[in-house]
Amino acid sequence: MMSLKSIVDESSKVMVQGITGNEGRFHTEAMLQYGTKLVAGVTPGKGGEQVCGIPVYNTVAEAVSYHGVDTSIVFVPARFARGAAIEAIEAGLRMIVVITEMIPQKDSIEFIAMADKRGTVIIGPNTPGIIVPPKKMKVGIMPSQFFKPGVVGVVSRSGTLTYEIALHISNAGLGQSACLGIGGDAIVGLDFIKVLEMFREDEETRSVVLIGEVGGTAEETAARYISETKYPKPVVAYIAGRSAPPEKRMGHAGAIVMGNMGTAQSKIDAFIAAGVAVADKPSDIVKLLGTVNI
Amino acid sequence: MKLFEFEAKDILRKYGLQTPSGSIARDPVEVEIVAKRLGKPVALKAQVLVSGRGKSGGIQFADDVGEAKKAAIYLIGSHIKGNVVRSLLVEEKLSIVDQYYASITIDRQARRYVVLASTNGGVDVEETALTSPNRISRYWVDPATGFNEETAKATVAQFSFNGDRDITEFASVIATLYRVAMDYDAELVEINPLAKTSSGEFIAADARIVLDDNALFRHPEFEDRGSAGMDDNPREAEAKRQNLAYVDLSGDIGIIGNGAGLVMATMDLVHLLGGRAANFLDIGGGAQPEVVGKGLMLVMSKPGVKAVLINILGGITRCDLAARGIIGGLSEVADEKPVAVRLMGTNDEVGREMLRLAGIPVYPDMETATKKVIGWVKR
Repeated sequence: MMSLKSIVDESSKVMVQGITGNEGRFHTEAMLQYGTKLVAGVTPGKGGEQVCGIPVYNTVAEAVSYHGVDTSIVFVPARFARGAAIEAIEAGLRMIVVITEMIPQKDSIEFIAMADKRGTVIIGPNTPGIIVPPKKMKVGIMPSQFFKPGVVGVVSRSGTLTYEIALHISNAGLGQSACLGIGGDAIVGLDFIKVLEMFREDEETRSVVLIGEVGGTAEETAARYISETKYPKPVVAYIAGRSAPPEKRMGHAGAIVMGNMGTAQSKIDAFIAAGVAVADKPSDIVKLLGTVNI
Repeated sequence: MKLFEFEAKDILRKYGLQTPSGSIARDPVEVEIVAKRLGKPVALKAQVLVSGRGKSGGIQFADDVGEAKKAAIYLIGSHIKGNVVRSLLVEEKLSIVDQYYASITIDRQARRYVVLASTNGGVDVEETALTSPNRISRYWVDPATGFNEETAKATVAQFSFNGDRDITEFASVIATLYRVAMDYDAELVEINPLAKTSSGEFIAADARIVLDDNALFRHPEFEDRGSAGMDDNPREAEAKRQNLAYVDLSGDIGIIGNGAGLVMATMDLVHLLGGRAANFLDIGGGAQPEVVGKGLMLVMSKPGVKAVLINILGGITRCDLAARGIIGGLSEVADEKPVAVRLMGTNDEVGREMLRLAGIPVYPDMETATKKVIGWVKR
């Protein structure tokens, strides 16, 4: 079984693919400041340059052979993301966080299947990444000021909404053991169930907040998993898009109700049936965490 | 991007699949010409991008040219589920013996393309899944190995056919559909019904193709097709041009925020507290002042918007830049409406001060801001 430590820990050596672009530079600096062991960058044709003192290589293979990189964060534009991901998978990395949005679904299907076969964990695409406040480590783009070390594991399909909820959790003095965005696309790598498994085994995590949204059936599947495995830690859920109209993409590629599929109500019902408390609004999550007795 | 039936059929024909004889027609005279040329009973099919067209009267049959012209006069310019009919596909009426179903779509949960084949065509496949699940066959495609004639045969082998020819024909159709889905980056390629005619041929009587918007850079022929906005209203089309995620809703409070989840949560909070959202705008991460300003103008341009709620939780998005955008946008709106802003995060103190000086009320949390806006609208 996959553990949180197995995908990211103090020994993770992180590389940035697309490090010389605006986003790559900005977040390289932010990750270094937070404490992430970021050791290399890759941009084809920019080998030999430096970004924030970090050496840039033309290929992933070079970054791996010189620095023992085992983790990557991808900022390359959508049309090149497939190639970047495949290059990192073939280099045998243990985890790749794909920040890029608007990647064609066919491409995501292809590189996620390839990663599954090779044992590489893909987070995203279209994700804010992962942050582990107790370890001062992030492979992601989340603003660290909203996060505090603590005991709540947060898993989400969203970015800023996660920050909003993390802020409530931080202000309540609970803090987070880790926050992981699985991505706002219809096709994503790591899913709710895998993250729930990780939080179950993680000693720092005492309760879990799951932030879902309309579209697909990932929340219903997670609810079934929680009920069938008699999940041992309290879970509080929040679902965005209760008032979303059908057949409209609500900002995220994956946030779309199709026919009767993917409605907020179906997800809320599934969680309630699984004994998971569902918050009506983001600020209620902390109250519900209080009642579930951490 | 949804393609029209006639566009989908053009693609299928390129791949050697059979479709009924016919042509597109834009007025009753053209319909008459096509019907005359076909010289037999015809089907007139409204070209609109909505499903369930048949049940809404969008498909008419005519036994002769006169009837065809009459039906065309009735159909062209009429509305089907809110979409105006601009053209008809005029086709020979098939003599159908059996109706099958074939599609390629994406299974989000399995993260695979899935091939669906059914011997129960002409109805919703979801319905078949409920009523006669043994008449559907599914095959989840491993992208590394793909889907060919052999896997296709295995997929339809469970059905009882009269003879091998039908199996081969059906398998060939679904293998071809998979090639179409791959070549065009389609989210959906569907033939329903796949008609077996009295002469034993398999013909795509109706076809739907939905392309992946994110893959249009590989298909420039569709990028500027001009019909991108055909299933959108003018504001949604304008938002698309500006690369903004915008959705029109039916209430009176405009909603703007950074990040899809946060904007949805804001919209939901408005509903929970008794208000109704007029629209939904996600300005995304790291938005520049111009984007915020234009977005605000777009949201206010909707008739019936009485007030606007802006929720910014700045990480990559700088609150001072967002504030500048809000002030700039408001200065360009002729018919200004009250705005409540929640502004927090990177550079928020500077941003809040800018808004205060401009006389725009600003709140530290989304619930307070939401309650204010609902109060204004209800008054």
